Amino acid sequence: MPRTSLNKQEPPEDPPLVSTPERGFLRRRRRLNEDAAGLGRARAGAFVAPALVLIAIFLVFPALWTLYLGVTNWRLTGLAAAEPEFVGLDNYVDAVTDDRFVGSLTRTLVFVACSAIAGQMLLGFAIAWLMRRASKAVRGFVETLVLIAWILPASVIAWLWLAMLDRRNGSLNAILGTEDTAWLLEYPMQSIIAFNIFNGTAFSMLLFSSALASIPPSQLETAKMSGAGTWATLRDVVFPNIRGHILTAVLLVTLWTFNVFTPYLLTGGGPGQETEIFPVFIYNLALKTGELGQGAAFSLIMIVINLIIALVYLRVLRERRHT
Amino acid sequence: MTTATESTTPAAPGPENGPSPHEQSMAFVRTALGRIGRFVFIGFVIVFFALPVLWLVSAPFDRAPALRLSVPEFTLDNFDVLLDNPFAMQSLGNSLIISLSTMAIVLVLASLASYALSRVRVPGRDMLLYSLLLLSSIVTGTAAMVPTFVLITELNLIDTQLAVVLVMAGGLLPAAIFILKDFMDNTPRSYEESARVYGASSLQILRHVVVPIARPGLATIAVWSVVQVWGNFLVPFILLRTPDKLPAAVVMFTFYTEGGQPNLALISAFSLLFSVPVVLLYLFVNRRYGFRFYGGIKS
Repeated sequence: MPRTSLNKQEPPEDPPLVSTPERGFLRRRRRLNEDAAGLGRARAGAFVAPALVLIAIFLVFPALWTLYLGVTNWRLTGLAAAEPEFVGLDNYVDAVTDDRFVGSLTRTLVFVACSAIAGQMLLGFAIAWLMRRASKAVRGFVETLVLIAWILPASVIAWLWLAMLDRRNGSLNAILGTEDTAWLLEYPMQSIIAFNIFNGTAFSMLLFSSALASIPPSQLETAKMSGAGTWATLRDVVFPNIRGHILTAVLLVTLWTFNVFTPYLLTGGGPGQETEIFPVFIYNLALKTGELGQGAAFSLIMIVINLIIALVYLRVLRERRHT
Repeated sequence: MTTATESTTPAAPGPENGPSPHEQSMAFVRTALGRIGRFVFIGFVIVFFALPVLWLVSAPFDRAPALRLSVPEFTLDNFDVLLDNPFAMQSLGNSLIISLSTMAIVLVLASLASYALSRVRVPGRDMLLYSLLLLSSIVTGTAAMVPTFVLITELNLIDTQLAVVLVMAGGLLPAAIFILKDFMDNTPRSYEESARVYGASSLQILRHVVVPIARPGLATIAVWSVVQVWGNFLVPFILLRTPDKLPAAVVMFTFYTEGGQPNLALISAFSLLFSVPVVLLYLFVNRRYGFRFYGGIKS
């Protein structure tokens, strides 16, 4: 069998050297050759099965189950816990007319727009842009700080912010001279927005700094020679070049921020319901109050929104690959 | 020299003679302002990101830790407080158990699956991989907390660490398989063939031939899953009740003194100890693969 000799011929990537019909032949040989360990389909199935079972039970099933749970009046305790009844679309109808639901969605929109798009992305881009020319020491220092805010466990970061924003002894009041300002009560939304910017900017910064590095230096040079200012350079050279990266960042950062639960650690959704973004709302409603059926209906809404964002993202990826 | 005199002579302000002195000074002011603006902005960024974290490095070593930042009067007493607190140490142990168990499950199941998917052409394989990945990114812990909670209750696994491990593993597996398959695709097949010639079974080949070659990929997945589980708050928060089963991420918020005030000595030292493994893993990955790589493994 010429198997071994074929293996030797097999270069890692073989684009233009071999003509097309020969390449087709090589590929066919390779496909036959793929099962080098002699696994066979049956054993391959046995290898894949345990992982698929775990995924099916703890990921796929819960997602599909929301379809059923969402049309029941399932509760954490009481009669409806033992024998949940079918209530049809009541949960969804209630939701649309419920101020708390609508309010929560609106707040989530504000939270995502301010902390993810305007906050993390703008700040991340600005840092990446300014650090491009900074000395190595400054760049390393700033990037490390931003990264630390990202890699520390969320619980620790939440606690650090609680300490900083404390009314009596917080560092922020001491520094700004705003004695006795209860940030989490007086500016709750602004606080969790700032907190989320702090926590998530690193991703945008990393993404944009690699995007900026991919712009051909000659184009930037030309812009500089023709006397273009910073704004003109950004508009005419930088943004057209990194359009794909910007779209990627918008979609991923939106998806993550929409699913973020950590603001709960700062405010618990309060005061009142002022910071009750959608995940916190679901938690308070389903697991604190015990309205599991209604909570499941809202979970499904959340999964569908996630799905839409993810599908748009995949579409953007495909278009980028084609161009 | 000539150009310099030309541009500074006000007598000939033509377009071909460069900018007029007025324009020049304007340009100078603008660059100066731009530079000042840049410094101010960078200063703001540094303060914004450093201020909260400073507490984490100063308070644990302070003789009388307060919420307000201060230069610590150095002591290690707070760590004694931490070591004497049974809940605190136990919760760190719980975090370790939960994250290492999840890592083990993810590592074993994902390498089996990705190896098989890499070597055997199953119809619809790519479709399967992509839909799994899509699924794991939309069915997040937050979006699925209600059905997960009900499922775990129905399975009678509520308030067990096993439940946390299984739920976390189910969520991490798709991405792990996806990343590992890439590594497996790039390992040479010739060794496997010769191992087979010598009569090794598939599992033996996987253990003694493929795993050593794919070690960088496996290390990546191991670090990634530990980091994900170690810092996770929501899943143990909704699935566990008994205080002595809670991991560190949840227990942190129960450290209050008898007077109802947060126990700052304990919290500060605990936060630091809880953060150190993540930072160390980060440094490890940074040294191995460059820190930009971490961007890929964090989320």
